[in-house]
Amino acid sequence: MSVLVLTLIILVGAYFAGLLGSLTGLGGGVVIIPLLTIGLGINIHYAIGASLVSVIATSSGSAAAYVKEGITNMRIGMFLEIATTTGALIGAMLSLVIHAPIIAVIFGVILIFSAIMSLRKKDTTVLQTESVWAEKLKLNGSYPTADGEVKYGVRKVGGGFVMMLFAGVISGLLGIGSGSLKVVAMDSIMRIPFKVSTTTSNFMIGVTAAASAVVYLQRGYIDPALAMPVVIGVLLGALTGSKILVKSTSSGWLRWVFAVIVTILAGQMIYNGLTGKI
Amino acid sequence: MANQTKFKDTDIEALIGWVLRIGVFVSMIVVFIGGVIYLSRHSTEHIDYHDFKGVPDFVHTLPGIFHGILAGRGRAIIQAGIILLIATPVVRIIFSAIGFIIEKDYLYVGITLLVLCIIITGMLTGHGG
Repeated sequence: MSVLVLTLIILVGAYFAGLLGSLTGLGGGVVIIPLLTIGLGINIHYAIGASLVSVIATSSGSAAAYVKEGITNMRIGMFLEIATTTGALIGAMLSLVIHAPIIAVIFGVILIFSAIMSLRKKDTTVLQTESVWAEKLKLNGSYPTADGEVKYGVRKVGGGFVMMLFAGVISGLLGIGSGSLKVVAMDSIMRIPFKVSTTTSNFMIGVTAAASAVVYLQRGYIDPALAMPVVIGVLLGALTGSKILVKSTSSGWLRWVFAVIVTILAGQMIYNGLTGKI
Repeated sequence: MANQTKFKDTDIEALIGWVLRIGVFVSMIVVFIGGVIYLSRHSTEHIDYHDFKGVPDFVHTLPGIFHGILAGRGRAIIQAGIILLIATPVVRIIFSAIGFIIEKDYLYVGITLLVLCIIITGMLTGHGG
């Protein structure tokens, strides 16, 4: 395939990956990696490198908007980044020794998990009890709503920290934001309100990805000719997605469509991994 | 002045928002310029990414990228843009640290510097292992 044709195909594919990733909140990485590896026969290490770069772009771009609204909890983000960046370094190192087919299978499993997570109902109750550690680390906060400031408490800081370490490892190993794992840590374990956990998770993704990207750069995983259409495409797609998201009221059916697509992609990644085709 | 800390908090948040926005914007322009140069020179070449071979020296090492940019090589310019993009969240951490220093929240100054150290560890040890 010529350079021009390949670049254009990736650019269009990355645009739709970014669009879907933004509409469903899963991120562009989960679609772009199967597209590059299964669709275009690109080595999974290059695919992971290019995807990770696009993760930094979309995360930083949307974090800029969220931070302004004052919903993001900077202290929770900063504290948990200790866990995610440590995990990301471990994950990036692991990706050097784990064979490509195994990485593909792990990717598929995480993909299915993310699809299920994107369909689940959101718990909107706000916790008021406060744990000792949350108090010591000043993690409890408040966020603006239509009815004024809502205060919230945080629990199980240790459990959330360990889960974040795992999310970091997966991010560094697979080159994705692993936003769904971050939300598990913050929603289900630490019981941080959904709005706060989503924006704070997004805020952390850029830093987590940067930690493994510095390792990837030195390892030659990030090929500029490949990363260029991926990062531009995903970012433009994500921007379009955020514009649509503001206008539309319900994206319920879209989540289902996307969950089905992602599950099919996940199945193919696992199949290709198990049969050694990746 | 009970609201003073809160005021500073939102101030630094606005600043961080700008850092992120400018970082993404500038790096994307650099990547785009590099991409146009690269495509104008190599568009008809055949390319294959099936086997992992790493990347050529002029987009791998900092001196290599620097010389590549001076020679006007598209991929070296793209890689410089990507490095700017990766640096954006790292610069954000530095601004967070400054924010916590202004608030005199030394616990979080420490936590922020720890995160910075972890990333620097990755920069220094990425070649080994």
